[in-house]
Amino acid sequence: MSTHQYDAIVVGGGHNGLTNAAYLAKAGLRTLVLERRHLVGGAAITEELVPGFSFTTFSYALSLLRPDIIHELNLVEHGFLPLMMPSSFHPTGDGDYLLLGDDHGQNLQEIRRHSSHDADAYDRYHHDLDRVCQAIRPLFDTAPPDVFGKDPEDQADVKWLLDHLGGIDRQVMHDTVRLLTGSASDWLDDYFEHEAVQGFHASSSIIGSKVGPMSPGSGLVLLFHKMGEHDGHLGSWAFHKGGNGGFTQVLARAAESFGAEIRLESPVTAVLQSDGQAVGVALEDGTEFQAPVVVSALDPRRTFLDLVDPRTLPADLVDNIERMKFRGVSAKVNFALDGLPVFPALPDTVDHYGGFLNIGPTIEYVEKAFDAAKYGWYSERPFIDAAIQSVVDPDMAPPGKHVMSCFVQYAPYELRGSDWETERDSFGDKAQAVLEDHFPGFGKLVLHREVVTPLDIERHTGLTEGNIFAGEFLAPQMYFFRPAPGWSRYATPIDGYYQCGSGTHPGGCVIGSPGRLASQRILRDLKH
Amino acid sequence: MYKITPFHERLSELNTQGLYTHWQAHLSALRYTHAPKHEYFAVRNSVGAFDTSPLFKYRITGPDAERLLAGVLTRDIRSCRPGQAHYTLWCDDRGFVMEDGVVFRHADDDFLLTAARPNLGWFGDHAGHGGRRLRVEIEDVSDHYGILAVQGPRSARVLASLAGEVHDLAFFSHAQVKIADTEVTLSRTGYTGDLGYELTVPADRALDVLDAVLSAGEGHGLRPFGEEALMMLRIEAGLPLVDVEWQSSRTAFTDEQRVTPKELGLGWMLRGVRDGDRAFVGGAAIRRELVEGTSRWASVGIVVDWHDWDHLHRNAGLFPPKNEHPLPYESMLYDATGGELVGHATSFMYSPVLQKHIGLARVRPELAPSKDRPGADVRLEISLLHRTTTVAATTTTSAHFDPPRKTARTGES
Repeated sequence: MSTHQYDAIVVGGGHNGLTNAAYLAKAGLRTLVLERRHLVGGAAITEELVPGFSFTTFSYALSLLRPDIIHELNLVEHGFLPLMMPSSFHPTGDGDYLLLGDDHGQNLQEIRRHSSHDADAYDRYHHDLDRVCQAIRPLFDTAPPDVFGKDPEDQADVKWLLDHLGGIDRQVMHDTVRLLTGSASDWLDDYFEHEAVQGFHASSSIIGSKVGPMSPGSGLVLLFHKMGEHDGHLGSWAFHKGGNGGFTQVLARAAESFGAEIRLESPVTAVLQSDGQAVGVALEDGTEFQAPVVVSALDPRRTFLDLVDPRTLPADLVDNIERMKFRGVSAKVNFALDGLPVFPALPDTVDHYGGFLNIGPTIEYVEKAFDAAKYGWYSERPFIDAAIQSVVDPDMAPPGKHVMSCFVQYAPYELRGSDWETERDSFGDKAQAVLEDHFPGFGKLVLHREVVTPLDIERHTGLTEGNIFAGEFLAPQMYFFRPAPGWSRYATPIDGYYQCGSGTHPGGCVIGSPGRLASQRILRDLKH
Repeated sequence: MYKITPFHERLSELNTQGLYTHWQAHLSALRYTHAPKHEYFAVRNSVGAFDTSPLFKYRITGPDAERLLAGVLTRDIRSCRPGQAHYTLWCDDRGFVMEDGVVFRHADDDFLLTAARPNLGWFGDHAGHGGRRLRVEIEDVSDHYGILAVQGPRSARVLASLAGEVHDLAFFSHAQVKIADTEVTLSRTGYTGDLGYELTVPADRALDVLDAVLSAGEGHGLRPFGEEALMMLRIEAGLPLVDVEWQSSRTAFTDEQRVTPKELGLGWMLRGVRDGDRAFVGGAAIRRELVEGTSRWASVGIVVDWHDWDHLHRNAGLFPPKNEHPLPYESMLYDATGGELVGHATSFMYSPVLQKHIGLARVRPELAPSKDRPGADVRLEISLLHRTTTVAATTTTSAHFDPPRKTARTGES
């Protein structure tokens, strides 16, 4: 059937799949995106669960999206509108708070209010971290060199990497290694003395990862989250107009404008092969689509173990993918609210709700929340990264009402002695109780509550074990080991079969780079 | 001694920063919160309010009011019907721009003109020229009114709860409405390039009207915005500003400092001038410029090549800055080879909505984009590590951001 013949098929319409398809279509390939659900976006979707209230069910902020993609895909023309977060709010657990914003001098005074010592440490901290980001950014925006490859091109890549590393200032290199291998807690100890100032800065060190701020490896997670650079500000994050679903709709429009075709409700069950070469895909209902290029935007488990027969793959690759850690520990509890929560120390302002509300006062608080997860249970008093997006984007809720997205940790995918269907409400109650403590009267504002467990994340988005990064941020699962040694350059052992999901470098988060870098690899291979 | 505007008492309560500048000697907020960008986003994404009261306001009435204005304003006031408003200019007798302003026509013989600077004397002189004094009264009513701009995609919806007439207003039209028991001129005007309105309010009722607007805006994300956000908005919209994009011919020392309406990018105001016979101040010179094609400059937008910007800075070991605060100096523009001076940028900033560095500039006329010609490649002078260098840019139309909602029918939304 000629209508089912394409130049490239992308399996999965998440943000990386859409990005990849847009680049392939822009290069002139007749490209088809097959999405299992009734909407594109993967984990970056917005759903009107209650009339008038737009919920960012899963992913809730534009985090690390690379500026190149915005320009190369003309996203602004298609409605790209990042709304910068003007503030970060961190209740300190004793009724007080830390509120940081765009005015540097006021931020220093705010920190000085808690600790005079930490005020200048704040500058030193950010400058050191900025320098690390600057040093590793070139690694972030290019495919990892194949350190195991023998051909001259691979060796040239390796030489580039070594030259680049060799050019890094020794202090910056040491800081980089400390972050990549150490704990956020140790790193922060070198700068800050005040436990709330430490707690504030530690919050990004555990997102989506089965680590506590005291665990080695949390430094890596902290650093990764600092790589966002919206509007030229390192570490800055934004909401997209209409939530992250608004963003993926922009991507879909961009991809379609280049000629890509998107088919919804089209679950792919297998990649079709002929003589070790990918030739198309088959859907659940038996429909087949042909293309010499098939790109999986799914996570590595699905890419290598579900869509193809693992028995046809090299055993070490299959072993590594089976061994890869996906232990989801994150959940969402999203609310439709009848009004704004009130923080007693700031009763008459909304400005502290312009960005993230960070409920994890101290490193010890968060570490204790982590303890439960080690033993197969969810936190009695969880860490919450909340955002009342309707404050910045009033179109997300009716006038005077609000939507509140709460990212909640820890919620291990596998519960010991129970299951998520049984524990769903109890878990939601625990999160809500923490909010009630900080915002008395919170419960009375709740019009609707949606609890999204790691199991829900897996069921709806296909992310294995509900891991939001499509593979944990652990050093042995990063860069040229992501998703597996020898397979970090978007190709697979099957000719014409590629990977572009968040499980490849430099995923996850909403970043787009895996989709972009994979398209470069595919287009280069097609030329040869 | 500085003055305060009729809205100041309430707006200053909402100002958490204490940062003011003097605008015609009135306290004018630079920003209300720590993040002017947030105020900017309020306008682009929901709704913001700006106190534009320091403008001078002149009421021009009488049987010869139209005759006076037709003879001094560059744009033909006779095409402005009661209930409409004109953005307009007035020039010197050599066709160089002096000032700009908005004129609201309330009746055949009743106009209100706003201006950035005092102009009563000049208009008065023209009313009395040649011993044939026109039957016209010009009254300085600057202190009688406050003007509140309510701007952004939600402005119509917010104001509709106070005055249903808002939905009937076409771009640059106005109506008398009642808000908070006060007679208010509600006009679909503004300086943000977005859907927006202005409320001209008797000074002694200003706070009541402001309170009504603030309360109508609750739940809609309405917030006051200051001059910093306004600058971003007007540069994106390609709206020129006196003392930035041009210097009044009255205060200029040489013609190099002066510009004509066409050179300022406001040639659209000159409809009918080339082939018409309306006599107005500067008209003969402007007609000659149009006929002979002697304009020295074109006013354009410039868009910087993001890739070049990124590389220049990264190669210098710097993080590429994306500063939304407009730069307060003129940068030179060179041709694509970087060799020849072809113009200069008058405003420059990073646009968060467009995700690009943009500017307003004056270039040689042949470098302006037109219907049959795309923009020209130029190079913009920037300072990098204490040296000047240039970055690639392209000329564009000056309205970088021009959403359909600005002029669309609003209906019931």
